[in-house]
Amino acid sequence: MSGNFPPGGAGRQDNKPGAKFAAESFGFGVFAPGTRVRVRGASLPGHIRTPYFLRGHEGVIESVAGKFPNPEDLAYGRPGMPPRTLYRVAFRQPDLWPAYAGSGQDTLIADIFEHWLDERPS
Amino acid sequence: MSGDHDHDHDHAHSHPHRPDIEDSDFDDYQLMAEAVGELLIEKGIFAAEDLRRTIEAIDAIGPAQGARVVARAWVDPGFRARMLADVNAAAAEIGIDAGPIPIRAVANTPGLHNVIVCTLCSCYPRLLIGLPPDWYKSRAYRSRVVREPRVVLAEFGTVLPEDVAVQVHDSTADLRYLVLPMRPRGTEGMDEEALARLVARDCMIGVAVIDR
Repeated sequence: MSGNFPPGGAGRQDNKPGAKFAAESFGFGVFAPGTRVRVRGASLPGHIRTPYFLRGHEGVIESVAGKFPNPEDLAYGRPGMPPRTLYRVAFRQPDLWPAYAGSGQDTLIADIFEHWLDERPS
Repeated sequence: MSGDHDHDHDHAHSHPHRPDIEDSDFDDYQLMAEAVGELLIEKGIFAAEDLRRTIEAIDAIGPAQGARVVARAWVDPGFRARMLADVNAAAAEIGIDAGPIPIRAVANTPGLHNVIVCTLCSCYPRLLIGLPPDWYKSRAYRSRVVREPRVVLAEFGTVLPEDVAVQVHDSTADLRYLVLPMRPRGTEGMDEEALARLVARDCMIGVAVIDR
């Protein structure tokens, strides 16, 4: 991860052999803080931890929360392996709610797993 | 009310009443929890008394542990830094078991106010501040605090100026959040124990303030 800090140099890191994160071998992006991302708009059944109100919206990686067994798998008694990277993603409130009544500085941060995120050109 | 009703009523009307627990249907999850509990007891994995004690212990957790962590962060900048990096490890330093689920502290500043919610269910830092209040689990709070946080905060009596940004933290997955309020002005002479008494539960959820 460290290669993409500070946030000014944010971007997707290419998959590399022997890379630290198993996620890379599964083809998910590894996002550094500051990277602009879009939440996937998929509508899937099951134990999904990505709220509907964020799907399809753009935000910015605030931080990397760590790697956790995939709850979508755990919910069905499976091991949730390999673990997936969980990101704290920040959204501007006026981007989420067109009629938002409040400061343009207001934000919402949610925890979103890597397989729900795509990088957006900044 | 029937005529043989013998307490002091000289009027006929029906009292509004709260339904007994048995009057609402058990849902599938309640039935499953009951069944699993009974099976574990039947198989001797634990006894009914163990289950009762565990529930009692969970119910007994209040916001005092979280308040101690906050007060320590106010008086000890090193602790504050460690808390912001890892709440569970910092809590352990002062003998508090915050459990295995990672808790993230979100610090209020003069320009930023934090509030927590779990829109998907009721995730909450239970081991530090106890069971969530009913309103925290309500659909109204969960759906409204993410889209009109300032209106919801005002209903709790918390009116924030426009130049203070509001940041809502939705604990959708594997983290739990705890708001670290700013130390109130005029508390310079207070010791840690007295400071901890200022830290109410709702300040650690972020619907109330002690710091502005």
